[in-house]
Amino acid sequence: MSLPSDALTNPVPARPTANPGNPPAEFLPPFNTLPDADGHVHGHGDGGSHGHDSLRTLDYAVIQQCMHCGFCLPTCPTYDATKKERNSPRGRIALMRAIADGQMDATKTFAEEMYFCLGCLACTTACPAGVDYAQLFETARATAEHAGVLQSPSRDWTRRLLLKGLFTRPRLLRALGRMLRIYQASGAQWLVRKLGLTKLLGSRLAKLEPQTPQVRAQFSHQLIQPVEKPADDQVKYRVGLLTGCVQDLVFSDINRDTADALLANGCEVHTPPVQACCGSLHGHNGEPGTARMLARRLLDTFDVFKLDAIITNAAGCGSHLKTYNRLLADDKQYAERAAEWSRKCKDINEFLVEIHFRAPTAAPAGIPVDQLTYHEACHLCHGQKITAQPRKILKSIPGLKLTELSESTWCCGSAGIYNIVQPEMSQQLLERKLKHIDKTGARTVATANPGCHLQIANGAAARGKALHIAHPVSLLAAAYRAE
Amino acid sequence: MSQAAAATDLIAALQRHFPADALITKPEDMTAYSYDGTPMLKGMPSAVVFPTTTEEVATVLRLATESGTSVSTRGSGTGLSAGSIPNAGDIVLCLARMNQILELDTANLTILVEPGVINANVAAAVEAEGLFYPPDPGSMRVSTIGGNVAENSGGLRGLKYGITRDYVMGLEVVLPTGETFFTGTKCVKDVAGYSLKDLFVGSEGTLGVVTKILLKLLPKPAARKTLLAIYEKMDEAAATVSAIIANKIIPCTAEFMDRTTIKCVEDYAHIGLPLDCDAVLILESDGHPAAVDDEAQKMEALCKQHGARSVKLAADLEEATKLMTARRMAIPAMARVAPTTILEDATVPRSRLAEMVRFVQKTAEKYNIQVGTFGHFGDGNLHPLFLANELKPDEIHRVHEAVGEIFDHAVKIGGTISGEHGIGLTKKAYLPGAIGELNVRVLKELKRVFDPKGILNPGKIFEADQPGMEGTATFTHTITRGITPEHLIPQT
Ligand SMILES: Cc1cc2nc3c(=O)[nH]c(=O)nc-3n(C[C@H](O)[C@H](O)[C@H](O)COP(=O)(O)OP(=O)(O)OC[C@H]3O[C@@H](n4cnc5c(N)ncnc54)[C@H](O)[C@@H]3O)c2cc1C
Ligand code: SF4
Ligand code: SF4
Repeated sequence: MSLPSDALTNPVPARPTANPGNPPAEFLPPFNTLPDADGHVHGHGDGGSHGHDSLRTLDYAVIQQCMHCGFCLPTCPTYDATKKERNSPRGRIALMRAIADGQMDATKTFAEEMYFCLGCLACTTACPAGVDYAQLFETARATAEHAGVLQSPSRDWTRRLLLKGLFTRPRLLRALGRMLRIYQASGAQWLVRKLGLTKLLGSRLAKLEPQTPQVRAQFSHQLIQPVEKPADDQVKYRVGLLTGCVQDLVFSDINRDTADALLANGCEVHTPPVQACCGSLHGHNGEPGTARMLARRLLDTFDVFKLDAIITNAAGCGSHLKTYNRLLADDKQYAERAAEWSRKCKDINEFLVEIHFRAPTAAPAGIPVDQLTYHEACHLCHGQKITAQPRKILKSIPGLKLTELSESTWCCGSAGIYNIVQPEMSQQLLERKLKHIDKTGARTVATANPGCHLQIANGAAARGKALHIAHPVSLLAAAYRAE
Repeated sequence: MSQAAAATDLIAALQRHFPADALITKPEDMTAYSYDGTPMLKGMPSAVVFPTTTEEVATVLRLATESGTSVSTRGSGTGLSAGSIPNAGDIVLCLARMNQILELDTANLTILVEPGVINANVAAAVEAEGLFYPPDPGSMRVSTIGGNVAENSGGLRGLKYGITRDYVMGLEVVLPTGETFFTGTKCVKDVAGYSLKDLFVGSEGTLGVVTKILLKLLPKPAARKTLLAIYEKMDEAAATVSAIIANKIIPCTAEFMDRTTIKCVEDYAHIGLPLDCDAVLILESDGHPAAVDDEAQKMEALCKQHGARSVKLAADLEEATKLMTARRMAIPAMARVAPTTILEDATVPRSRLAEMVRFVQKTAEKYNIQVGTFGHFGDGNLHPLFLANELKPDEIHRVHEAVGEIFDHAVKIGGTISGEHGIGLTKKAYLPGAIGELNVRVLKELKRVFDPKGILNPGKIFEADQPGMEGTATFTHTITRGITPEHLIPQT
């Protein structure tokens, strides 16, 4: 192929045409006038009525798939904690079914239950009947949001701020990240905490404040060129690299490592400098309309037909990115591209193993890999059924000794924004995870999702434990660099 | 006083004894306790209570008896005959939080557990001590020992090791009055009085609530070998099992799956089952290594003599375990091809197995319904699973017609209508035909001795006839749109 390389991605993400007057992202209009997914401005709607946005209109077969055998019960962290059927996958599906059958309304209790669910998808791994819990759970949360039963001024404000205000605007997110960085680096954070000013934030956000991760000095676009070629110019694959939101702000170095590992394996890496959020946060939190809008934007950013693969290194994003085909199935303009996207979207671990990555010949410098354990991100092992690949990568690294973690596939309590909205359950799960990590005697924990990464790092720090957390691909890249 | 008013009073009384977390009444919670593993049925309780001690169980039962409110006991709700589906307005007594292993006695080879302990947890705990608890129902990772006892559950090792009953040495039981007693001892021999414990095994929550269980253990077999035999014809698989037993070999497992089952299981488990055959047999021999080798060789030869296309020996324990685990998934895995899976449990003497398999197929054809058959061949325990859609009442009706004929035939050739799933609600209409009116009368009289007011799971196994309880075995609604209970529970 003799295409100019930069033709494979769009430098600037296309805006939805229905919304030509979109103001520069840096200027935030009042929330109630924020355009929604499909460019419409209205109160709470999520634009366009898609059959799968409500339990009442969802294909009934998806609900019927559950034959209530209960095989998922022992794998569900919330059921394990309470032994209450309503807190189990089977119980939650029964509630969804009661709504679909018109026997129950989407009540406040129902909505709360849907937010008590971690969305960890352990139930889908356990389920022999092939229940698509991810779809059910997204539809259930959308139904709950549509019913408006959880509405409260502060919740609405926070949700619109996060879901519609921030996580739809990559530039704004970076601007905010930069401010946060200054705040953290200048020592102002210390001063603010000391003066108790965080109280002004309101209790939810104040609790969140100590969890605020350290923002990196440089974001992905400052570390990665839009197009990078392997050193020897021998291009075997052309791939797109997704930089993510949290990953971009807090773990831009993991993005650099990902690019390096790909380059070392003959990939030409295309990384558009400005990328939309993938929409997983929205899809998982009852905003399917916004999720669809963001999906379209990402599809506009990459020319998926000309790339061999689209690479993500964040498990939570990957598990959502791979469902673009379902998300946009009814969209005449995008359905075909979305289907191709779902076929080509690959987690970095998955892709490297698929292309028979080269085993490094040196041990990574400065990282204690001789005592390492692996925590499986839910959305990697349950969401994408990727379990062998990260281990294969880890085991290929010279000097690395992997001790298996018991309950490695049990949720660590991060679960997207779960640790913010359900702090109690989240802490319980974190405690359990750290105990198991302790037992392995590991000094380094490898994991492939920014949420888990932060959760475990914060947990260890709060308990005064010295733990090194690393993405498998970072260890691989470090090993290549040491050669 | 009406049932509803009695239940309201009872809940108020229970609130004085249980914290909010252990007594729930929200409609959303009731929805989540309105079903078990049985397809299509649903009944809304008025409260669910979670005791953690025998005394608390006694309190619930005493107060329930006083108020005349019926109680449905529940373990994990995996039952397949609607045993733990409450009648409308019942109090559900859920034992999931009574889940402690109380004592593992390696000198007497027994284990004492609370009823909410999961079967697989018992198996793992005793294995760590080099011991063995053989009953392993397909639901072993989910179902409770209490539920296993109440249903007298079987499993994949029934042929050689028997069923739950064979391992129950003693039970602590709470009667509806709240009085509590222990029946049985750690003694291998014990003939002091009637063997009451045996009455409670398989009583489906209708006689008393089991609050402690003393189980017998065996030493863990030293070796184990697992074979997978592949057949072009189902008949040949059945003939092989008969031949193995006729040759005086009792394998610990002789499981069977037909083509439809194999496809669904493989779809989920990806363990490389052949998709182009009519049937497979999973055979397992365990015990002394030399004996195991010998048995495995003989079984392999018999498989081939009776037409097996090929016989594969599982390479190691891991492969063998995968095979067994996959087989355990058969029931839910079949839900992949049809939304409603109606499972039957007819059992016949082993010698009539092949004949019964043919009869099931013929009957399914006659009624134009899809069926997948698997089961515990060595026990003569067949699981024909009808693949239907509950949204089509006509199809469901045809399934019930077919099931009726299958039951009649099983009884005619010396079999029974349920090998291990129990009678519950779904099969009670067939019970008199299977065991006779007098037999049913004796059951009812026995129930009256233990539960004179009829508050425990009324309407399960047979119609309740205590005053005030007759009307309780009705459902608020069924799970599905458009179907009425009459479609689902064959009427007596
Ligand atoms: C996929 C699947 C596979 C299965 N495989 C098998 C199998 O191979 N063999 C087999 O035999 N069964 C099998 N079953 C059926 C079921 O799992 C068993 O009947 C099991 O023993 C029920 O246990 P549970 O804890 O779920 O009890 P539940 O379903 O909650 O209750 C079952 C009955 O027991 C009563 N009960 C429960 N606990 C007590 C107690 N402590 N005291 C008094 N009464 C009580 C209830 O009132 C009810 O009548 C299977 C079910 C499923 C869904
Ligand atoms: S979700 Fe799957 S495993 Fe859980 S009860 Fe339903 S069918 Fe069974
Ligand atoms: S997603 Fe996780 S928390 Fe939610 S029902 Fe499934 S297993 Fe339970």
